[in-house]
Amino acid sequence: MDSVYQALVDIVGQEHVSNRQEELFIYSYDLGTTEPHRPDYAVIPRTTEEIQEIVKLANKEKVPVVPLGGGLSLAGLAVPFRGGIALDLKRMDSILEVNEKARYAVVECGVSQGQLTSYLERNFPHLTHSEPGAPPTATIAGNVAIHGQGDLAQPYGFNSDMVNGLEIVLPTGEVCKFGSCSIGSGWYTQHPLPDVGLFLGWSGTTGIITKVSIRLFPSKKIRGVGQFVVEDEELVPEIMYKLTHTQMTEDVIAFSQAIPPFASGLQHFTINIVADSEKELEFKHEIVWDDTLGEYIRSGAGGFLGFRSGLQRPQVSKTSDWRKGGGFEYVGAIMPVETYPECYRRGRDISERHDIPYTVLGRCIGAAHAMMFSWTYAFNRADPETIRQAREALHETDDLALELHGTIWKPGLYGQKLVMERLDPNTLNLMKKIKQMLDPNGIMNPGNWEVS
Amino acid sequence: MTLTDYKYGDVIHRCFRCGYCKFPINWMDVNNCPAYARFRMETYSCGGRLWLTRAWLEGEIEWSDHLADILYSCTACKNCEVKCPLSFNIDILNMMIAAKGEMVERGEVPSPVKEFLENIQRQGNPYGTSRAKRGEWMEGTGIEAYQGQEFLYYVGCVGSYDTRGQETARILGKVLQKAGVSFGVLGNDENCDGNEVKNLGEETLFEMLAEENVAQFQGLGVQKIVTLSPHSYNTMKNDYPGFNGEFEVSHYTQLLQGLIRDGGLDVSGGYNATVTYHDPCFLGRWNEEYNAPRAVLKSTPGVQLVEMARNKDGALCCGGGGGNFYIDLLGGSADSPARRRVREACETGANVLAVACPNCLTMLEDAVKAEGLEDKLAVKDIAEIVGEACGIK
Repeated sequence: MDSVYQALVDIVGQEHVSNRQEELFIYSYDLGTTEPHRPDYAVIPRTTEEIQEIVKLANKEKVPVVPLGGGLSLAGLAVPFRGGIALDLKRMDSILEVNEKARYAVVECGVSQGQLTSYLERNFPHLTHSEPGAPPTATIAGNVAIHGQGDLAQPYGFNSDMVNGLEIVLPTGEVCKFGSCSIGSGWYTQHPLPDVGLFLGWSGTTGIITKVSIRLFPSKKIRGVGQFVVEDEELVPEIMYKLTHTQMTEDVIAFSQAIPPFASGLQHFTINIVADSEKELEFKHEIVWDDTLGEYIRSGAGGFLGFRSGLQRPQVSKTSDWRKGGGFEYVGAIMPVETYPECYRRGRDISERHDIPYTVLGRCIGAAHAMMFSWTYAFNRADPETIRQAREALHETDDLALELHGTIWKPGLYGQKLVMERLDPNTLNLMKKIKQMLDPNGIMNPGNWEVS
Repeated sequence: MTLTDYKYGDVIHRCFRCGYCKFPINWMDVNNCPAYARFRMETYSCGGRLWLTRAWLEGEIEWSDHLADILYSCTACKNCEVKCPLSFNIDILNMMIAAKGEMVERGEVPSPVKEFLENIQRQGNPYGTSRAKRGEWMEGTGIEAYQGQEFLYYVGCVGSYDTRGQETARILGKVLQKAGVSFGVLGNDENCDGNEVKNLGEETLFEMLAEENVAQFQGLGVQKIVTLSPHSYNTMKNDYPGFNGEFEVSHYTQLLQGLIRDGGLDVSGGYNATVTYHDPCFLGRWNEEYNAPRAVLKSTPGVQLVEMARNKDGALCCGGGGGNFYIDLLGGSADSPARRRVREACETGANVLAVACPNCLTMLEDAVKAEGLEDKLAVKDIAEIVGEACGIK
């Protein structure tokens, strides 16, 4: 009998651990182009205490631990490159608290974006959270762990900026809390105590998030999306700048794609506008469409395509079927808004060279402080040649993002290498020291953010 | 068989595993796939099963008992097909049934599945009980054999053999008698409808059952069929036409709805209870009949109908489909779908959980016992509720 397997059974129970080929196969794969690597065990814990025991065991046995939320990063961030324990956290799926007045929710690490959305709609319809573009099975904790953004990025920034507090199982098994919750107060702020930056953006290499407090925001009674289009990509940065100046929008996205062909080459905007009354909505419409975008409409440079009440929730998985192939992956990068035209042109060129219908998108973050720009490449899972093409396109795009002075978001191993080659040496050295201090046995998601 | 020979070889790779297939009526949780709810390993999700099937057919993994259990844990509840946002969603369940079919061809199915299919082949029912006992449920009811009446009342295997199913079959018979419906039954001559056989991937046996049943019905001059079970209703309505079996098929709740509406059935005796209704998959998602059972309950005086959070096309399967009421790959845990479902029913404040399917009846009643909820929640078939309302003891 495998002693590690038996120890895992003792911790979580037989039904919640597997070393059988079926689970090892499934947990070896990311949904993107990353090559699979089999774990030795798949484990689905239910409690923080179980995770502590698993981590202690992993240290004792020098077995890697790879935490997994929704498994939707597409960048291979939860692929067990060196085997070990694939730790699927989705059984930890309780919404622990919604503090209505202080507008925050405390959730376990397996709570999905959709679960919180649905819970708020049913119980607190005047509250919402920043929902990312991923399928709603993506988890809150996984999203903040990779510095995700959502549909409130324009007014409020990154989702990881909305973290009020964290509970973490350290790589050595201790449980730590960060934020106001760490002194026994509510989970209402991460400031002014020492921050939680050691755990966000590290892709699970410095610890396992087990609880998150995430800020909630007002949900207006009327939420809808307006559409606007321009032909000239050079206009996109100034339009984003002007729209954010109005402070009347909730989400501003510009995108362009090859499908459908009649829209190829056009730059489409989706602009979320919310209001509590028709009067407020009318006022915002006037400011946005007449006062701000009116000049483009009147000159013929742009067109208003209409406003539809109700938000179209993410259906991003449809992208996977553009080549009837079940796969896509994208490079996301945090870019200066002014680079949109270049990002579009160069991205389109990469796609066309690799015979992939192009799809690019820029989501405004903050008051046009930056945008998350994504270059998406669909592939056919049954055709290794298209996977190779997509992988090449992704690598070229990683290079492009850095060339255009961007910062790759949730990079895979190739992108991490590029980033670390450019990182300030002192910063890199500090990362190495932090990692060695927190994870002396190097068990946490090895392969990722490894400083040589 | 290789992937290229597999009927869905050109489409199975298109599942991205986005996870929409796990959702109920909204995004309230990811537990509406009964097998995933039970085990929570990604292998048991719809996407996991599809990826495993492809890997098996491509030779990336070997057949194993565990692989067979994973595939047969699919209850064919159709939640995945209804919730998947992609254009090939109509084929998702067929991909799974075809994979089961491949296991049947190779003789590599879980032993309870083998037993289930052998019993049907030998005795025409999954329990392996003698064909000669199939009609025992009707003893003392005065229900007549079918001999040209307006309706053939098709009872099905669970109604014919399971103790609780038999009670329901009898009461529905009495209700139909009371309403003056012209009907008859096949008794010992009734055979399995084949719905589960088809969903277990035994296509040849299913074809044999369907052909035999169609020939029998046609030989007797049957034109209208009313079924106790949504499983029978589904296959007779949707599959039998493919065997030249064109019959006017109703589920009994549809017939009762019309009878009550038209004054043909007096339910003025009422039924005083707070009732929540569990949609059976083969009436709901498979045939989009959500209204008739609710209409019957609403027209029964004294019934206060409350809905569970998951209802209609978002209802959680009881876990009994795909033969699992017998092969039972999803039982044995508080996470079993039936146990989850009765806890949800309790949360509504209802004291009666109404069902319209003998499989659901047995699954959920067992779950009530396992959860220790006997004092709070009774599981009743709608036929029983109507029976009481029209004075049948």
